[in-house]
Amino acid sequence: MALRDLKARIDATKKTMQITKAMEMVSAAALNRAENNAKSFVPYMDKMQEVVASIATGSKSARHPMLETRPVKKTGYFVITSDRGLAGAYNANVLRHVYRTIQERHKSENEYAIIVVGKVGVNFFKHRNMPILDSITGIGDQPSFAVIKNIASKTVGLYADGTFDELYMYYNHFVSAIQSDLTEKKLLPISDIESPKATAAYEYEPSEEEILEELLPQYAESLIYGAILDGKAAEHASRMTAMKNATDNANELIGNLTLSYNRERQAAITQEITEIVGGAAALE
Amino acid sequence: MRTLEVSIVTPDGPVFEGNAEMVSAKAKSGELGILAGHVPLVAPLTISAVRVKNDGKTQTVAVSGGFIEVRPEKVTVLAQAAEKVEDIDVERARAAKERAERRLNNNQGEIDAKRAEYALKRAINRIDLAEGRR
Repeated sequence: MALRDLKARIDATKKTMQITKAMEMVSAAALNRAENNAKSFVPYMDKMQEVVASIATGSKSARHPMLETRPVKKTGYFVITSDRGLAGAYNANVLRHVYRTIQERHKSENEYAIIVVGKVGVNFFKHRNMPILDSITGIGDQPSFAVIKNIASKTVGLYADGTFDELYMYYNHFVSAIQSDLTEKKLLPISDIESPKATAAYEYEPSEEEILEELLPQYAESLIYGAILDGKAAEHASRMTAMKNATDNANELIGNLTLSYNRERQAAITQEITEIVGGAAALE
Repeated sequence: MRTLEVSIVTPDGPVFEGNAEMVSAKAKSGELGILAGHVPLVAPLTISAVRVKNDGKTQTVAVSGGFIEVRPEKVTVLAQAAEKVEDIDVERARAAKERAERRLNNNQGEIDAKRAEYALKRAINRIDLAEGRR
């Protein structure tokens, strides 16, 4: 390659590296905040779980459609993706898995419906002509509960009115900055309520049924919100790692290019000297 | 006087934590006044205010429904949204109120109407509390 081309490539790679490095740092900051958000959500979720568990396990008389399995005519899939790409395998992981699961479980489009968070997911399912029941995009890097509330309560409502008879949720669970696990969770009907500890017997005002009526939808909504917060943390972590890798690669590439640039330059100099020496020798 | 531990938590984090001599809240079945040593209780709340009294001072927190969980020495309020009265943004609450009213007037579908009604109630609750009318 010519000297000038090499120089141009080095410059271009340097500029790309600047961008990826900036994105890495932005994601690191976002990850920090996302972790804090997830942390401040924990007390609410714990309390919610405790109360639900104490009602649902404590009394045999408590019945609610959200606690009972019914024959499945239609399955709902709640899929959490990001709005932007450049996050490594973050979206591909979830989408590939959901796509395969749906292909395995269902023969016709009437048997399932998808609710999707994030632009990448919306485009993926639209492109494949799969039925999207509802979607939300542009929830930002640090979604507050108010932003999520609408789609969460709508989703729970769709189960309540019988649009689908079970609901699965798919998202990346944040483990650490370099690891996230694809998670499949059966959200509705609510089945596995584990009680953190044996709780006191409560009095219910007005009655257990009426409290369940109020509590269970809110419980399901908070599960969705929790998953979105978890997914956001995983997204930022994934983007940070992807951008770190990109920066490292760019660095290596620049190193290699600089080496060949210098070699090329040295060769040119050597050639010039040889020519001069040769020219001088011819004159003697 | 014995005191209770009080925490008001939302999905976005805790809004209030502290001790109190008495907590009063408006449950669906009526007004509740809670002192230390109360029987364990769970009750859904209306869109209203939770008042926490301690040392002659009262902290008022606007809640958008949710639950109150009472134990002899601890009270927890679980709400999807809650705000201390002094933190309420009246301008925003007014805007929310107008938006909800507009949506109610346009009236598209039952679910939307219900949602708008809730939004309206929440906005009115916040405005009234912020202006000290309740």
